[in-house]
Amino acid sequence: MVFFSYLISGISLGSVYAIIALGYTMVYGIAKMLNFAHGDVIMVGGYICYCAMTYLGLPAIASILLSMVVCTVLGVVIEGLAYRPLRQAGSLAVLITAIGVSYFLQNAAQLIWGVTPKIFTSAVSFPLPQGLTDLGISSEAIVTVVSCVVIMIALTLFVNHTRMGKAMRACSEDKGAAQLMGINVNRTISVTFAIGSALAAIAGVLLCSSYTTLMPTTGSMPGIKAFTAAVFGGIGSIPGAFIGGLLLGIIEAMAKAYISTNLANAIVFAVLIVVLLVRPSGLLGKYVPEKV
Amino acid sequence: MAEQKRFEKGKMVPVPSHSIIPERDLDKSPILECSHLGIDFGGLRAVDEFNITIGRTEIAGLIGPNGAGKTTVFNLLTKVYQPTRGTILLDGLDTAGKITAQINRMGIARTFQNIRLFSNLSVEDNVKIGLHNQEKYSALTGVLRLPKYWRQEKAAHERALELLSIFDMQDLASHQAGSLPYGAQRRLEIVRALATNPSLLLLDEPAAGMNPSETAELMENIVKIRDTFQIAVLLIEHDMSLVMGICEGICVLNFGRIIAKGTAEEIQANPAVIEAYLGKQQ
Repeated sequence: MVFFSYLISGISLGSVYAIIALGYTMVYGIAKMLNFAHGDVIMVGGYICYCAMTYLGLPAIASILLSMVVCTVLGVVIEGLAYRPLRQAGSLAVLITAIGVSYFLQNAAQLIWGVTPKIFTSAVSFPLPQGLTDLGISSEAIVTVVSCVVIMIALTLFVNHTRMGKAMRACSEDKGAAQLMGINVNRTISVTFAIGSALAAIAGVLLCSSYTTLMPTTGSMPGIKAFTAAVFGGIGSIPGAFIGGLLLGIIEAMAKAYISTNLANAIVFAVLIVVLLVRPSGLLGKYVPEKV
Repeated sequence: MAEQKRFEKGKMVPVPSHSIIPERDLDKSPILECSHLGIDFGGLRAVDEFNITIGRTEIAGLIGPNGAGKTTVFNLLTKVYQPTRGTILLDGLDTAGKITAQINRMGIARTFQNIRLFSNLSVEDNVKIGLHNQEKYSALTGVLRLPKYWRQEKAAHERALELLSIFDMQDLASHQAGSLPYGAQRRLEIVRALATNPSLLLLDEPAAGMNPSETAELMENIVKIRDTFQIAVLLIEHDMSLVMGICEGICVLNFGRIIAKGTAEEIQANPAVIEAYLGKQQ
């Protein structure tokens, strides 16, 4: 029974990682860049939702939607201002810029909201029957897992069955050839950032609903873990991000429960290292040998 | 307006096989008009004073020694490079300020010297990406897979197979593009370019790496494509049998400047061309 409740908390945590990892993996798959600021967009999403509920007194759903809208705009603006001018630049320049944007967001949040942690009231709580709460299932866990599955299915459908999805797959293969097929590469990348950032907002709200404290650095650790999850599952792959996120969450929860709370992160990353040694392209990634 | 007209035209295009003898319309307005086109890379004038006119159903050749700027001209025409000088009129419309994707929608498609297929996608998906601008359905229709989506996808599927049948490749539709043999990949690139419904097709060394019999087949196919789709073709090629065999107009480029223009016979007799290729006679 105790094992079951650990498993539930692992799946719930893993679902949050998966939602964040989907954003990482889509941006990587299409723009071929690691957006290290992604974790901080989560934090912004959390703050916006917090402010909407606390200061504006908006209902939870409206706050979440507002947070998604703000993050979508933020993601598109970041892409347009910071990454688009570097489209022809080397990947290291973009990587460093992404780290810069990450620090910028953290410090901007510190200026606006201060360093004292805010207590986040769950935006997604609803009463559950006694039987479920006894099993250690919270309403947050249910909402998190359900939204993760819905998002994952919706994204898969979007990528495979829409014109924009086709454009994304083409850009992911070869941007130069894609633009000669009449695909607007810049717009496709913008849409990718918009989707990724909207997902980050959802992840931010879900994360803060489960862990209730919110500070400017809230996003960085989950961001790194989700990046790990994306690599774990095979970066660029949507089902990979989902599976990677879930596994990472479960491993972390189990390590915390049965081995050591302090060592949990070390164990998570150790597992990643082992997986990458055995399968360098991640669980579902394709191994592409360097052409010589 | 012009874009709309083209899409309608695309629907009526019969594909392929029976050869229609095209009504030559070189006297009508040209599909492409470049005047004083040029680009500098730093201090280097890579292309300068490039003036060319291509008729609506003309097969034109662009030749020249290595490094003459032929591919640069293709990159200028498709706005992969922004020209430093000059104008490009496509179907009478100025292409200034347009991005590559818009140029494609206006009617220019191209293939690449080094094959650039979407190699992890299937052959059919490669062609369908070329067709994607001719499909009209919203993202929601796609995600919910409403009947409109299925209708359009079915039409795209049929159109893709029809286009692949030009090169007898319809049986390869479900294969991964990157796994095809070299010649088939080159042919698929042409099919994918045709899928975008161009009025001008740019082919960058289509015969590269092909043996003489494959080249002969390619020549027939280029003429067949022109005849069935009623489009203009501009090709870069080093294989003189192909260029002299099918090109109605030839333009010779050397050091970024046009040194000769004319028919195959005129070019072969032109002293400046002989000098560029073989060096000065002692």
